[in-house]
Amino acid sequence: MTAWPILSAVTFLPLFGALIIAISRGDDDIGARNARAVALWTTIITFLLSLVVWIGFDPSTPDFQFVEERPWLGGAIQYKMGVDGISLLFVILTTFLMPACILASWTSITTRVKEYMIAFLLLETLMIGVFCALDLVLFYLFFEGGLIPMFIIIGVWGGPRRVYATFKFFLYTLLGSVLMLLAMMAMYWQAGTTDIETLLTFGFAPELQTWLWLAFFASFAVKMPMWPVHTWLPDAHVEAPTAGSVILAAILLKMGGYGFLRFSIPMFPVASDLFAPMVFVLSVVAITYTSLVALVQTDMKKLIAYSSVAHMGFVTMGIFTGTMQGMQGGIFQMLSHGIVSGALFLCVGVVYDRIHSREIAAYGGLVARMPLYAAAFMVFTLANVGLPGTSGFVGEFLTLVGAFRVNTWVAFVATAGVILSAGYALFLYRRVIFGALEKESLKSILDLNRREIICLAPLVVLTILFGFFPMPIFDVTAASVQALVEQYEAALAAHEASTATLALK
Amino acid sequence: MEMAAVPNLMPALPEIILALGAMVLLMFGVFRGNDSADTISLSAVLLFAIAAIVILFGPQGEQVTFNGAFIVDDFARFLKIITLIGSAVTLIMARHWLAAEQFHRFEFGVLVVLATLGMMMMISANGLIALYLGIEMQSLSLYVAAALQRDSLRSTEAGLKYFVLGALSSGILLYGCSLIYGFTGSTQFPDIAASVASQGVSLGLLFGLVFLMAGLAFKISAVPFHMWTPDVYEGAPTPVTAFFAAAPKVAAMAMFARALVAGFPGATDQWQQVVVFIAIASMILGAFAAIGQNNIKRLMAYSSIGHMGFALVGLAAGTAGGIKGLVIYMTIYMIMSLGAFACILAMRRDGEPVEEIADLAGLAQTDRMMAVLLAALLFSLAGIPPLAGFFAKFYVFLAAIEAGLVTLAVLGVLASVVGAYYYLRIIKIMFFDDPDGVLDPMPSSLAIVLGVSAAFVIVFVAWPGPLVTAAQAAADALF
Repeated sequence: MTAWPILSAVTFLPLFGALIIAISRGDDDIGARNARAVALWTTIITFLLSLVVWIGFDPSTPDFQFVEERPWLGGAIQYKMGVDGISLLFVILTTFLMPACILASWTSITTRVKEYMIAFLLLETLMIGVFCALDLVLFYLFFEGGLIPMFIIIGVWGGPRRVYATFKFFLYTLLGSVLMLLAMMAMYWQAGTTDIETLLTFGFAPELQTWLWLAFFASFAVKMPMWPVHTWLPDAHVEAPTAGSVILAAILLKMGGYGFLRFSIPMFPVASDLFAPMVFVLSVVAITYTSLVALVQTDMKKLIAYSSVAHMGFVTMGIFTGTMQGMQGGIFQMLSHGIVSGALFLCVGVVYDRIHSREIAAYGGLVARMPLYAAAFMVFTLANVGLPGTSGFVGEFLTLVGAFRVNTWVAFVATAGVILSAGYALFLYRRVIFGALEKESLKSILDLNRREIICLAPLVVLTILFGFFPMPIFDVTAASVQALVEQYEAALAAHEASTATLALK
Repeated sequence: MEMAAVPNLMPALPEIILALGAMVLLMFGVFRGNDSADTISLSAVLLFAIAAIVILFGPQGEQVTFNGAFIVDDFARFLKIITLIGSAVTLIMARHWLAAEQFHRFEFGVLVVLATLGMMMMISANGLIALYLGIEMQSLSLYVAAALQRDSLRSTEAGLKYFVLGALSSGILLYGCSLIYGFTGSTQFPDIAASVASQGVSLGLLFGLVFLMAGLAFKISAVPFHMWTPDVYEGAPTPVTAFFAAAPKVAAMAMFARALVAGFPGATDQWQQVVVFIAIASMILGAFAAIGQNNIKRLMAYSSIGHMGFALVGLAAGTAGGIKGLVIYMTIYMIMSLGAFACILAMRRDGEPVEEIADLAGLAQTDRMMAVLLAALLFSLAGIPPLAGFFAKFYVFLAAIEAGLVTLAVLGVLASVVGAYYYLRIIKIMFFDDPDGVLDPMPSSLAIVLGVSAAFVIVFVAWPGPLVTAAQAAADALF
């Protein structure tokens, strides 16, 4: 479409930044300062470049845009990139949050700064690549490659139980993914191509779809994470450094949902329909059970981690309704959760940098010393609850509408889960922010500094903006989701017709 | 028959060069004593380079000589080059170790040349006799190499163990060969293939085939014939272990593939079952047994057992795609293995060699470059994309799926997840633990090998074309 490979540029620009940091000399403070500066500027430029993609994006068509093709592994496996309405905003979300992550690590990371920044930039390249890849093998490459920098980030800069957490994260995710890899090979063998655009309309045999769907599910369910394979997430979140938690919650988790939308629904519609009830059950269990678990947490990060699992439950529920509202809601929920949960982890990071404790009991009465912080934290807490007027509401509401159209009981239980989320989120807020400021360690605590304000302000604005005015997002996704829903329904109808004729014979 | 009196020697020119070169080097060593060890090593590298050039620029296409016993095709040419690279790099890596240990034995270089000659004959063997000659040529050199440090109890134990078990496996192999000859009336692969095609697989032939495979499985250290590997890897002098892990594996695997594909294409269903079994057993044992290891050479032994299992997945497919996967796998594996051994050879503290994994603790803080490059190799060995090791596994599993071996593929990828654990453990020790001592700085020769090897696994993703194309051509030559 364009002569200039802008998607590759957006994808590999962070890698370029990482190389610059790698070859720059100096392990002292100056080296660290340079590494921070290079990382920040790289992520900002990447973000601006990704905005160019958004501006140039034509929202009226469901087709892939900015497509680049290049021969790669020989045969049918090629290097192919492109975005459509579903993937574009995830790219923007990634590039948007990265500068905030770098800023959040500005002073809290003091050891091996260069390596830290390299790992983050590498991770950014791999994450953007996941959302841009239009070839199965390429997708898998980016999808799995992200494990390496994340393993290092949690393991080197993480908390006391980091080794356990990072191993669990790595092996859990890898285990799910290798099965998906085999499914991809089977698809290649069947269809003779790994081109995602072609595979979207290939139409796999229904029996094969079942197996392929399960294999993909194994990977995405772990990544998402869905109950009961979510247990790696609280560990990884708690031990990861602040920016690592932000990336995990805001972007890595979205890869699962994106995978469902990109692969499971359009490529295996019959199997998706077949397994939808199972997904619903797992989703509502996630929504209610993990919300209850979140209520009893004493660690702030763990609480937010469990709340992430619950929120992802809404996403999977919405996506597998197969309705326009459900899928639009699912995408919106993912983007909103990306902003909100990322922001919540940043908020935890703010106080963690000061007190070095994530225990809820270590705080209380912060509003007296930190009014700005209390205000920002409140916006995100309410968005996490799904209060109307925040971005959290739109996604949850739409997924519930979608679920209601398909199965009222699912919608009923899930709605009950919303109440629980209000419970744990407000409970957390009260214990940390309100009450009397009694603890000695908190008496001299300082409010947000300029860096932290720059970090959090855009997130506050977006949370409220998208709450009142979600159209910019729906405009981008509408055409693609519409096409996806139509394709899904057509495939199901065709399958029903063929089984009906078989039954008649 | 008079024509056969003087066979065409041209196809075997690289082998002849190596044979003559080995003899010259041996004489040189005998007359000059152990002072000449370093000169001999370097001359051997030069010899390998000449042989590689002769292979590269010699006549192309398929050539058969020695009454059909010796074949040179794209498959042989490609794997011979890889083998020669492996041997040459081993010699270069060994120099520093030999100097540091005051271990001046000129035999080492000569033995490597002779073993490499055996490997090249194995790769080109087009019949059972040639195959056996190649194996023995290689094995006898390796037995001696393992026991080279003759004052060391462990080294002599390793050599003896390797010899006794190797002799046993050679016996099994020969017994299999004799059965095959008895039931097909020939020792040449094309004739055996023709006989199998016309008469089918008789029970006796099946026995012969299984014995043959048992013997070959020993040479690539596949389960259940792997018992010698950990002890020999641990006991042998480290440069010898590095050698064991690289070139001989490539050659033995190539020979395994040719023997089955060229000799028994009509019995694919029969040998496929056996290969599937040893592949699964090797992958699983390699993955689980490596977890508890503390000695890094022992760990590499189990790692190599596992990797042979993965490579066999490609052979089990029995298709051109599978052989392509096997060739890619062995090439990438050899490069990764050489890089890893460059690190192991560099593991010294105050001049003394250390072999415990714990000795790598905190390497990321004491020698960052080495830690990062070794980590890249370990991630690659674990098969994590975008590193080369992923593509190695990708191609063999792709072939297995295409051949309908889904169970094998599923067990294989699960074993690779288990295997990832012990590679991660090393990375954890290097990056997450605190250093409790500093390793000596890496000598430049080893650093270069490590750098090239790591650069290969990292950059492979951007330029996979050449290797994939070459492997494709090599695989097509067998079918």
